Amino acid sequence: MNSILLAILLLAALGLVAGLILAVASVVMAVPRDEKAEALRDVLPGANCGACGYSGCDGYAKAMANEGAPVGLCSPGGEAVAEATAKILGVESRGVDTRTALVRCGGCEGVTSRKLEYQGLDSCRAANQLYGGDWLCQYGCLGHGDCKKACEYGAIAIENGLARIDPGLCRGCGQCVKACPKDLIALVPGHVQGVVRCSSHDKGAVVRKICSKGCIGCMKCTKACEYDAIHVENFLAAIDGEKCVGCGACAKACPTGCISVFALEAQEDGSPAAAE
Amino acid sequence: MSNTGLFAILIGGLLVNNFVLSQFLGICPFLGVSKKLNSAVGMSLAVIFVMLMATAATWPIQTYILEPNDLTYLQTIVFILIIAALVQLVEIALKRFVPPLYNSLGIYLPLITTNCAVLGVTILNIDSGYGFVESLVNALGAGGGFLLAMVMFAGVRERLEGADIPAGLKGLPITLVSASLVSLSFIGFQGLFGL
Repeated sequence: MNSILLAILLLAALGLVAGLILAVASVVMAVPRDEKAEALRDVLPGANCGACGYSGCDGYAKAMANEGAPVGLCSPGGEAVAEATAKILGVESRGVDTRTALVRCGGCEGVTSRKLEYQGLDSCRAANQLYGGDWLCQYGCLGHGDCKKACEYGAIAIENGLARIDPGLCRGCGQCVKACPKDLIALVPGHVQGVVRCSSHDKGAVVRKICSKGCIGCMKCTKACEYDAIHVENFLAAIDGEKCVGCGACAKACPTGCISVFALEAQEDGSPAAAE
Repeated sequence: MSNTGLFAILIGGLLVNNFVLSQFLGICPFLGVSKKLNSAVGMSLAVIFVMLMATAATWPIQTYILEPNDLTYLQTIVFILIIAALVQLVEIALKRFVPPLYNSLGIYLPLITTNCAVLGVTILNIDSGYGFVESLVNALGAGGGFLLAMVMFAGVRERLEGADIPAGLKGLPITLVSASLVSLSFIGFQGLFGL
């Protein structure tokens, strides 16, 4: 009987001691909670995309609260988040540089064709390692959707073997840019109005043979542009976003139709929307 | 005990009696956290740390409280209690005093609280009749063996990601099959140092 009593007492005593130590420790060694950082963290979108340049939303919230990181680095959150964070920190919001991602390739099924039948892993990165992918054009979109998998916002769809980004859903976080093994996706400032949907540096004759929508470097767009905003370099046209006004003259002049002109407008909620 | 004896205990824990691959303790984190090398290393470091702390705490309790009072049958429940309280305490202390370490170990510490490998090492120390220093060395060896197994298996699993696996075997089944193969390779260490 005694030994059972002893066992009960011993266990109870051990439990009590351990409990007391923990209780005391949790009070004595309590970490002061960083209320400002937590409030900031609640306002941020929580996608942990890293577009701000910090390790994630937590990192950015801490940096804003303690290290004086500027507000408005969160492009997925847009104006609303910039203003909310500025309010918490008691500083003036200078707005946010909205950015949007664009695929610089128009080579879908029917426009270009495949040189081999790829049966490997359903991933652009893997396909790219096999002769640069299954398409004829070594620069073009592989269409296995690495960017789609990387997108937190469901803004990317693969249509006919070509990635298409919905500018209304894109928050400009840049995850797809990192995912694309062909480096086809460009993050452009919200005000950029035109884009050349081709990344091929092949000569015009080669491009013509393999893709009906590629840039052949004919320079008709350069001549058509009144604002000196489009130039051909290394057989590929590129639009200077600073100078482009979105008149659409280059798109009309382009014989292959590889230029699209957007009118990117800021909607009321701050997210960029596009209309062709 | 001589230094060679301690060395034999260390190697025994690392290779011959590897906790995961020979004794099949700590399989849960072994399968759960070995998907990425980074988290596997983080988890293993936390395990080594907790094993050492737990051994340092439970050995005196066994020797000076349970044995003199003929209460060794309480070993399991007392050890679980001690380890759970200890891990909580360590977590609180780390959070307060060593935030970087807390950030890297933080999420793994609570997971280890009732890890069978940790409880296993403390009980095996007692069962093998080890002294205090030998127990600590054995805990280090066991933790190191856990790290070794985790890192090796994380490497195997990262290769599995890109492999073309039949649909029925995808996920856990192929993981278990490869775990058994890795474990099989450790049979080669049996008999080393006469352990």
